[in-house]
Amino acid sequence: MLELVNIFIKGIFIENMIFAYFLGMCSYLAVSKTVKTGVGLGAAVIFVLGITVPVNYLLENYILKEGALSWLGADFAAVDLSFLSFIMFIAIIASMVQLVEMAVEKFSPALYGALGIFLPLIAVNCSILGGALFMQERQYSSIAEATSFGLGSGVGWFLAIVAIAAIREKIKYSNVPAPLRGLGITYIITGLMGIAFMAFMGIEL
Amino acid sequence: MSTEVKDAAAEAPVKEPAEPLFSKKNKLLLTDPLDDSNPITVQVLGICSALAITVQVKQAVVMSLSVLAVMIGGNLIVSLIRNVIPSRIRIIVQLVVVASLVILVDQVLKAYVYDVSKALSVFVGLIITNCIIMGRLEAFALANKPWPSILDAIGNAMGYGWILIAVAVVREAFGSGSIMGYKFIPEGWLISNGGAYAHNNLMILPPMALIVVGIIIWIQRARNTKLIEEH
Repeated sequence: MLELVNIFIKGIFIENMIFAYFLGMCSYLAVSKTVKTGVGLGAAVIFVLGITVPVNYLLENYILKEGALSWLGADFAAVDLSFLSFIMFIAIIASMVQLVEMAVEKFSPALYGALGIFLPLIAVNCSILGGALFMQERQYSSIAEATSFGLGSGVGWFLAIVAIAAIREKIKYSNVPAPLRGLGITYIITGLMGIAFMAFMGIEL
Repeated sequence: MSTEVKDAAAEAPVKEPAEPLFSKKNKLLLTDPLDDSNPITVQVLGICSALAITVQVKQAVVMSLSVLAVMIGGNLIVSLIRNVIPSRIRIIVQLVVVASLVILVDQVLKAYVYDVSKALSVFVGLIITNCIIMGRLEAFALANKPWPSILDAIGNAMGYGWILIAVAVVREAFGSGSIMGYKFIPEGWLISNGGAYAHNNLMILPPMALIVVGIIIWIQRARNTKLIEEH
């Protein structure tokens, strides 16, 4: 149990998707003009990461990995399909996003109204595929660990986008040099926040 | 750095000026993404990889070439089949096309430049979700004929590449005192050898990539004032 909490906390702070790996930067920069949209996209990312990482974990361990197919019989024990992992992961992500979108639309129109336009965007958010690839690289030992990693990275991403959106709302009132306005200053602030987040580096959990 | 790449791009079309293949509009497809609609500094596409793999120039060059290859292939294929893709499932179709091309690139990198491929780690896979590729497929290849699509792919990949290489040159030069692995700071200058020069280790850390890109944007927009945003 403690192990799960550790992975969760690690995903939020130490291995933050934005500040440590720059994953999902495109939507992070494009959709962070106001806190409200930032919260919407952040929530959608938590949601999708929490679903796709465990699903991809099952895929990886029961189909793709070398020897993963041995549950089909001894003949399949030597099959290694890991070269297919990119295409399989992305297919799972794209279809899960579509499924989630349809389910949310049917069962919770209010949530759909809030997340609506962000859900399709998420299929191409690098942090989702990045989550799947890191999960594959780090070899988590159970599906619970993979889920907690997915949720943790999602919350870390949420935190980052809400923080930058809040700063951008305030910075409107500052006298930023004209060529730096908008995108430029956002990059620099993100860099400074990244330096701050480096304080968490090296903490062993 | 910028002017070198720009010249190379501008010269290629000039060779056959009479050809309608390189009409004024098509030339613009090639040159526009280098500055006015640069994917990284203006369209905000393809940032993730641009920041993570710019510690060394060599990695940046390999990454730019990989993106160039995937973009040309992806734009060409999607443009060829654009009339038979049902619009509801177009994202999945595009992802499948791009993912297959990325697998090809990944296997080629593993076969010929294994050390670079190891250093790029998950970022080769992340070319699939590199928004620059999906963005151009969605915005351009789905609505245009194959030839302009190829030009658009080349233009955008070059625009992406020069920023990537510029950032990598700054980071590698100040962070490790070398370019493409060639050391230009004499060993004797280093503090450890009794000199007075120290490498700026901050440059190697990830946040510096963001700040360097921010400064590039600053310079670009100070020069090209029509790109300045309100806030």
